[in-house]
Amino acid sequence: MTVLVVAEHDNSELFEVTLHSVSAAVKMGGPVEILVAGSGCGAVAEACAKVAGIERVLLADDPAYEHPLPENLAPLLVGLAGGYSHVVAAATTYGKNVMPRVSALLDVSQISDISEVFAEDTFERPIYAGNALAKVQSSDAIKVVTVRTTKFDAADAEGGSAAVESVEAAETGAGSRFLEQNLSQSDRPELTSARVVVSGGRGVGSAENFQMIEDLAATLNAAVGASRAAVDAGYVPNDYQVGQTGKVVAPDLYLAIGISGAIQHLAGMKDSKVIAAVNTDEEAPIFQVADYGLVDDLFEAVPKLTEALKK
Amino acid sequence: MKILVGVKRVLDPYVRAYVKPDGSGVDLSNAKMSMNPFDEIAVEQAVRLKETGVAEEIIAVSIGPAKSEETIRTALAMGADRGILVESDAELEPLAVAKVLKQVVEDESVQLVLLGKQAIDDDCNQTGQGLAALLGWPQGTFASGVELADGKAKVVREIDGGLETVELDLPAVVTVDLRLNEPRHASLPNIMKAKKKPVDKKAAADLGLDLAPRMKVLGVSEPPARAEGVRVSSVEELVDKLKNEAKVI
Ligand SMILES: Cc1cc2nc3c(=O)[nH]c(=O)nc-3n(C[C@H](O)[C@H](O)[C@H](O)COP(=O)(O)OP(=O)(O)OC[C@H]3O[C@@H](n4cnc5c(N)ncnc54)[C@H](O)[C@@H]3O)c2cc1C
Ligand SMILES: Nc1ncnc2c1ncn2[C@@H]1O[C@H](COP(=O)(O)O)[C@@H](O)[C@H]1O
Repeated sequence: MTVLVVAEHDNSELFEVTLHSVSAAVKMGGPVEILVAGSGCGAVAEACAKVAGIERVLLADDPAYEHPLPENLAPLLVGLAGGYSHVVAAATTYGKNVMPRVSALLDVSQISDISEVFAEDTFERPIYAGNALAKVQSSDAIKVVTVRTTKFDAADAEGGSAAVESVEAAETGAGSRFLEQNLSQSDRPELTSARVVVSGGRGVGSAENFQMIEDLAATLNAAVGASRAAVDAGYVPNDYQVGQTGKVVAPDLYLAIGISGAIQHLAGMKDSKVIAAVNTDEEAPIFQVADYGLVDDLFEAVPKLTEALKK
Repeated sequence: MKILVGVKRVLDPYVRAYVKPDGSGVDLSNAKMSMNPFDEIAVEQAVRLKETGVAEEIIAVSIGPAKSEETIRTALAMGADRGILVESDAELEPLAVAKVLKQVVEDESVQLVLLGKQAIDDDCNQTGQGLAALLGWPQGTFASGVELADGKAKVVREIDGGLETVELDLPAVVTVDLRLNEPRHASLPNIMKAKKKPVDKKAAADLGLDLAPRMKVLGVSEPPARAEGVRVSSVEELVDKLKNEAKVI
């Protein structure tokens, strides 16, 4: 019984989410190995080798894997999967894109977005926007699993000394080509791993006004998030969206500004340690989950808050 | 070109899900049901492709209990041409749904499949990717832009870091995200017309596919509720609480 974790990276750096997948993998039992598939990604493999608890790193370094095209990655994973009891990746847009393709080719049912490992074959996963938790037992020989990273602590990035072994690239799936990536540029910490998140909603009113949220976040060294309504209205890019169908975050502090607290938004932030909300509507559902609620106009409160925190 | 759209009947997104007291699942008796919101976006996209002359026919497929016909009728009212209902009272896992869809795709010589990125009940986010794998087709998931030309699809994808654009050879599977379009509301005349559009019905069990569940649901529970919070009366009090009580800043 050995667990294979699929590393997420950009060919030069290992993404932190992978460390959370490793923790989940450790709970599944057995030795844990990591696959790094990329192009010119030797440094990522070296980083993986240092992760505590890793027995072996498989490196598939090939131009075919420069961009994470699922048509190319799935055959590689399927070829390797036979040697493993579990194949695990983070439930990020990377994992969500590739892993169901792998599971279908293996004729197994993927267990999506697990929040707990009870046993080698038994997991918990949120359903209905997190309004229910299902405990499920898989009967498949190989378990293909994606992990809700906020539910598992990051494994230690240091302490391991695994060997790195090269593996052959698999045949590539035809029919898809990478054209371009437009990544959001921000000086702020990454949303899903930040200790503090400041999110703005429709109440913020415009892209210009969102600068207020950015300024508050800057004083707290926080990441910036948003509701779907704020993204749809074009105040911020899509990758800011927190929620059932956006990113799931669980920071020490989540500040919800001008966000009503719809079921779909709560699904992405209600596991935060402390929630504070500013909203003019005292009946707003966000106050039902907020530890600290301030009924106030955000245009008054946010600049004041930023000033107070600078002191 | 023929387009297939997958439409799932789910608990309405604005209704809260309650867990049954016996912990066997979510209580759907008497609950308001709707088309999965992402599937509305898929139907809208298909209809636009037909309106611009890119597609000739749109087939709406739903797999589920007999009542899923309502979901198909909604798709027909939005502009789909005909429906296929594959009846199954048992809840099918995405792998099984993908197998059923694969058969329909092959029977109907479909060139483009449009699905939602995620069903908002199981929150699985698997079916489109699984279907593409079973068909050996390329996939464009979480699409916020789709352009078809010269036998290819250019798909803009919403990814964690921003946006990515890929080019796919058709036939392909595309799963749609929230920002692809704003689905139309069906007009009354179109709802009436939809009643006369053909819906072909068959039983999932008769398809000769292995649709058996691979997962046993041992129990469903409510998540622990958050402790009740407090109201603060000023920014100063909020800062004080965050610093000295919660100690998070
Ligand atoms: C399939 C589906 C998926 C979805 N996925 C997500 C998701 O992942 N994430 C998500 O967030 N949503 C999601 N939604 C949308 C969700 O249902 C809500 O529509 C959305 O979260 C609302 O955003 P909001 O709170 O910013 O806007 P609103 O609900 O309009 O709330 C704005 C709030 O701002 C307050 N306000 C206004 N002016 C001020 C002011 N001056 N000062 C202080 N407060 C003010 C108002 O009182 C109000 O409470 C999804 C919906 C569907 C159907
Ligand atoms: N029972 C079903 N009938 C029709 N389409 C479905 C069904 N289940 C899933 N789909 C399609 O697959 C998408 C993703 O579902 P899921 O993988 O369950 O999250 C949905 O948005 C639908 O387009």
